[in-house]
Amino acid sequence: MSRVLELENVQKAFKLGFIPKTRQVLKGISLAVDEGEVFGYLGPNGAGKTTTIKCVLGLIFPDAGTIRMFGRSYLDPKAKAGLGFLPENPYFYDYLTAVEFLDFYARLFGIPAEVRSERIPRLLKMTSMERAADLPLRKFSRGMLQRVGLAQALINDPSLVILDEPLGGLDPLGRKEIRDIILGLRDAGKTVVFTSHILQDIEMICRRVAIIVGGRILSQGRLADLVSEKVLFTEITVSGVPEAELAAHGECVSEPGGRVMVKVYDEPGVEAVLESVRVRRARIHSLVPRTQTLEDIFVDMVKTT
Amino acid sequence: MTAIWTIARNTFKEAVRDRVLYLLLFFAGASIGLSQVLALLTVGDRVKIVKDVGLAAIAFFGALMAILIGTGLVAKEIEKRTIFTLLAKPIRRHEFLLGKFAGLVLVLLVMTGLMSLVLLLLVFAHTLTVDLKLLAAVFFLLLEFILLTAVAILFSCFSTPILSSLYSLGFYLIGHFSWSLVTLIKKMSPGPGRTVVRGLHLLLPDLEILNYKTEVVHGLPIPAAAWLAGPAYAVVYTAVVLAIAVLVFRRRDFV
Ligand SMILES: Nc1ncnc2c1ncn2[C@@H]1O[C@H](COP(=O)(O)OP(=O)(O)O)[C@@H](O)[C@H]1O
Ligand SMILES: [Mg+2]
Repeated sequence: MSRVLELENVQKAFKLGFIPKTRQVLKGISLAVDEGEVFGYLGPNGAGKTTTIKCVLGLIFPDAGTIRMFGRSYLDPKAKAGLGFLPENPYFYDYLTAVEFLDFYARLFGIPAEVRSERIPRLLKMTSMERAADLPLRKFSRGMLQRVGLAQALINDPSLVILDEPLGGLDPLGRKEIRDIILGLRDAGKTVVFTSHILQDIEMICRRVAIIVGGRILSQGRLADLVSEKVLFTEITVSGVPEAELAAHGECVSEPGGRVMVKVYDEPGVEAVLESVRVRRARIHSLVPRTQTLEDIFVDMVKTT
Repeated sequence: MTAIWTIARNTFKEAVRDRVLYLLLFFAGASIGLSQVLALLTVGDRVKIVKDVGLAAIAFFGALMAILIGTGLVAKEIEKRTIFTLLAKPIRRHEFLLGKFAGLVLVLLVMTGLMSLVLLLLVFAHTLTVDLKLLAAVFFLLLEFILLTAVAILFSCFSTPILSSLYSLGFYLIGHFSWSLVTLIKKMSPGPGRTVVRGLHLLLPDLEILNYKTEVVHGLPIPAAAWLAGPAYAVVYTAVVLAIAVLVFRRRDFV
């Protein structure tokens, strides 16, 4: 499997203010994205995700480090010929209609007319924007811009697609549609890199993730390796058993309606609680084994930095 | 080349869909029309007044279009961050600038053409002849507009739209008053002071080199040398300004 995108020790500082004060935003980012994977770039707001992507696109120049795309220098137009990009907040020409907008970018890639006339309607259909085809972008809502922006990112049938917060600003239905499009891209063998500050988005569709906090990659790897399958604890909600009896097995929390939620950390504890319930002919309302989630890891990491 | 042409086309499209352009065009037309009123109020050569005021209107509004549209379309692209998506495509940064420049020159060509047409028609109404000599003055004006566009692009590379417009306006004003330095040089006695003023005069733009309105209005001949010196000056100045713009633009971070 070949490396599609590789960053090595990328650093970037911004100068701010009248008397410039430097602020180190990227503190040595190293990433590797393989062909055909959906790669999640996860981090809280302000972590440096967009800044990393701007470096990759050549919009800003890193102070140090190397970036290679398809094995070429990232500034090489040949590398960009196979790249699709959706910016974080869709900033587009509002005087163009959706069709003109897509046509403009298609021409920049030198895509011949017959391919353009086939591909543009297909992409508009794929992003459910056919009905807005001849509407100027100025009349588009945020979600519509996001969709036509995604269509724009796919106009050159790219093998690497970089999406900066593609699910931001969408309603649940829209999120699902975009997620499905990303999965469709994966099934078509494309490499997708997308950023998010929302864990669920990443958990659902990414094979590998990198977690960035404060300009540093804290963790990177297969999702399955980062998140252990091990059961951390089991939450059992019961009624009809005195709290004092349950407290012997784990932490208890009283809930309305005489229910008690007990957090049990080991297997014998779970057995013991079930036994108490059986003996007292009490009731179990729920029993939830909790495994570690990306969220737990994420919260841990953000806390420790 | 495809990229430059594609960006040029899009720039043209943006300009002709911009209300500012039509506003300027309207005022230009109104001003040329006003020459008619002035002509009626004056005794003497009415046609000369029409030509004089008409050419002045073309000069003024053409320059304004070059500056406002030039800074508008380049600085806005940076400020509104549409440039993010653009530079992610397989184009080089200088292609973006050259495409913008080509598109803007195209806009100016069309606009200047329209304004000239109005003037020619008005003169025709008086004399029943098409006075093509007017186009000689317009040709030199067009060179000036093109140079101003390059300057507007240069300032847009590192400044906001409003500041870029102000800087370009400053360039325009200096360009039209720098010839007075020549008078100053003549009056000064030789010395370091005069050398400084001489250097300043060489460095500052001199847009009066491209002004043949008076000659055309009064039917005086345009010196043969001007046909060479004017375009050469404009082309070289434009090329240098564009080259500096490319250098600035190439190293710039778009944040
Ligand atoms: N042009 C800039 N000048 C100064 N600081 C900036 C600039 N751009 C981004 N930053 C800072 O860099 C940090 C990372 O920003 P960004 O990459 O946009 O974060 P993310 O996309 O992960 O939310 C933020 O703290 C932001 O304030
Ligand atoms: Mg961001």
